[in-house]
Amino acid sequence: MNSSSGKGSMSTASSSAAWKTGDVVPDKFPAGLRVLVVDDDPTCLMILEKMLRTCLYEVTKCNRAETALCMLRENKNGFDIVISDVHMPDMDGFKLLEHIGLEMDLPVIMMSADDGKHVVMKGVTHGACDYLIKPVRIEALKNIWQHVVRKRRNEWKDFEQSGSVEEGDRQQKQSEDADYSSSANEGNWKSSKKRKDDEDETDERDDTSSLKKPRVVWSVELHQQFVTAVNQLGIDKAVPKKILELMNVPGLTRENVASHLQKYRLYLRRLSGVSQHQGNLNNPFISSQETTFGPLSSLNGLDLQTLAATGQLPAQSLATLQAAGLGRSTAKSGVPLPLVDQRNIFSFENPKLRFGEGQQQHMNNNKQINLLHGIPTTMEPKQLASLHHTAQSIGNINMQVTSHGAQSGQNSSLLMQMAQPQARGPTLDSTVGHAPRLPSSMGQPILSNGIAANVSTRNGIPENIRAPGYNPVSQTSSMLNFPMNHTSELPGNSFPLGSTPGISSLTSRRAFQEEVNSEIKVPSGFMPSYAIFNDLNQHKPQNWELENVGMTFDASQHSNSLQGNLDLTQSVLVQQGFSSRQVNGQSRSAAVVSKAVFSAADGTEHVIAQNVNQHLDSLLVDNTIRVKSERVADASAANLFPDHFGQEDLMSALLKQQEGIAPAENEFAFDGYSMDNIPG
Amino acid sequence: MERNPMRRQLAVMRQSLFDQGYLDEQFVQLEELQDDANPNFVEEVVTLYYRDSARLILNVEQALERKPFDFNKLDGYMHQFKGSSSSIGAKKVKAESTLFREYCKSGNGEGCMRTFQQLKKEYATLRKKLEAYFQLARQAGPMETACHPK
Repeated sequence: MNSSSGKGSMSTASSSAAWKTGDVVPDKFPAGLRVLVVDDDPTCLMILEKMLRTCLYEVTKCNRAETALCMLRENKNGFDIVISDVHMPDMDGFKLLEHIGLEMDLPVIMMSADDGKHVVMKGVTHGACDYLIKPVRIEALKNIWQHVVRKRRNEWKDFEQSGSVEEGDRQQKQSEDADYSSSANEGNWKSSKKRKDDEDETDERDDTSSLKKPRVVWSVELHQQFVTAVNQLGIDKAVPKKILELMNVPGLTRENVASHLQKYRLYLRRLSGVSQHQGNLNNPFISSQETTFGPLSSLNGLDLQTLAATGQLPAQSLATLQAAGLGRSTAKSGVPLPLVDQRNIFSFENPKLRFGEGQQQHMNNNKQINLLHGIPTTMEPKQLASLHHTAQSIGNINMQVTSHGAQSGQNSSLLMQMAQPQARGPTLDSTVGHAPRLPSSMGQPILSNGIAANVSTRNGIPENIRAPGYNPVSQTSSMLNFPMNHTSELPGNSFPLGSTPGISSLTSRRAFQEEVNSEIKVPSGFMPSYAIFNDLNQHKPQNWELENVGMTFDASQHSNSLQGNLDLTQSVLVQQGFSSRQVNGQSRSAAVVSKAVFSAADGTEHVIAQNVNQHLDSLLVDNTIRVKSERVADASAANLFPDHFGQEDLMSALLKQQEGIAPAENEFAFDGYSMDNIPG
Repeated sequence: MERNPMRRQLAVMRQSLFDQGYLDEQFVQLEELQDDANPNFVEEVVTLYYRDSARLILNVEQALERKPFDFNKLDGYMHQFKGSSSSIGAKKVKAESTLFREYCKSGNGEGCMRTFQQLKKEYATLRKKLEAYFQLARQAGPMETACHPK
């Protein structure tokens, strides 16, 4: 009975068919809404199916989450909304929710007999658009179409924001607004829809009402092209129109790109755990960080660069990662990320930062790695150089981070990430001048984030560094941490974050490093900021503590496929007030990478980490070399990466150096950091 | 009022099920879903429920035989069972499962066992009553003809 997709019992086949093919008969809506209902309880499933049919929806029922995912993947445009139970034997309902949100971006309604507040909250944080308490009444199902409409409207809004809305669309939207406001206004809805239909006929096909938009299937290749274009433009400047031009795909419309961009942003935000309200990629972090960043050691710069490099990791890899992440389970995406991170890790050559075992523990946060995503992909080489030192330490941290699961340390990663975005922008070149930005400002926030609970002790920043392992986010924090580590007591201080004592293999650490590196790289200020950072640390320990205190990581918060770590960082980030967008934007690729790292960390940590490490090493090598030369180069370029590293170059570099980069090649000279140590 | 005496009897039986607390509003929801396309919908759902929930009852039985009690597991089973029972409107059964879960949460093994016995009793009683009800309903003929005045 899984695929009983009969037409609505009452409605004619034409209405449901019309709904599907796009020739929606306006006045039949919401009849024909294609609902996928997932519940392992056959009794509930039967009842729900009947109820939905009575609402004139087109129902497909499924008693296993895996089956549902398969169905959704096979037919991405085949459903309008998903209703899923929370407790299922083969997969947690929230996990399914995440998958659907990332891969298909469909509205999902959760159901459960459990009406406990925390469960409902979990639904909210995981992105469910509604939560129904069982036993479900038919009245509750009658209005689920509103979620479909709302989601599409938001996509339209995104069009507007990106400046691609045409007047016709606007009119349509307005009419939609009027209608949507009253769900009982079916009549108005019909008329407005009719009007839209008329307009649609005259306008481009693609300008149909959001409900009738034909969906484009975003294959891996297409998504890769998309990501390439976005990275070329820079997250901040990526507008659908330009992306479309860059992609140069016949048949693709601006709306397709815009809606995909919206999803992509949401995806990154989820990964970095930043609130969705921060649409701007220009992270406040960066600005704040600029000011606060103390002189980061060169390490930071290096890290950043590596991060940048890694973050920039060839668009392809990132794209693949993203595509993978978006289109598949996170586990897959995990692979690419480690690559990025690893590079960073290696780039860090911060003797002081030798985060030893302690750090490793903190590294657990796979999520943190994901946070790396937030790290701006454009890491300036210079920063890498500066981060070089810190990178090492950070790298260690990173590794640890990756290995560790959701540690409180995650926060640190958050911080790191935060730091990164900031660094990106500006002043990479200045070893000292700019860096401060990141470190100080970033450090703090990040630290607080990652460290949140634990950090309180040290400068916060140092903690971040330690934490690197914690969160992908920690990458940014790692950046911060680096400086900190030097100065502060970091070493050995296992991240209070809750480091998980068993840091896994080096690989995980490496991943962390990468993250860290990337983090550091981002903030141009990193390099110089290292010093500042240290200062900050000292001055701000209290602050951090306070911040940390303020940070209440809610483990149960939404976790971007990372598992909770991200949640923390998210909350932290949010608390910090950092613009998730900025973080995301900048570290899109990093984010992707970190996501991948996380996944890797979660699952095949070692394996992936290893691969990544290798790749990263090669990347690092490349980066380091470049970094050195460009140490003081222009930090101005936002997209350092594109300037310095072609994505293809990076990719090939990465791939070529799978074997790992000989330490000698690394200008960064990972002190004490030997590639070979990366456990495989 | 029902002209058909059987229909009347059926109505009385139905009402007493509600009055005595065996069934709640959710059962009405099921009845409202019954239509020409699915004339025996309610009976089908109830049959499905008893078939599927038997497995859960068995799980709980077996879990209660292993000492010490795995309260988490027990709670998990009961959570599912409660969801199922509530969806057909089995009011008393649902109440017992809620109580059972409370005992699980507080780690009260004695309470769990006691409650489970009570639960099984209610579960069996409801089954008998509903079986009688459906049997009568089949004999009484389709509702529509009885309800709509000629």
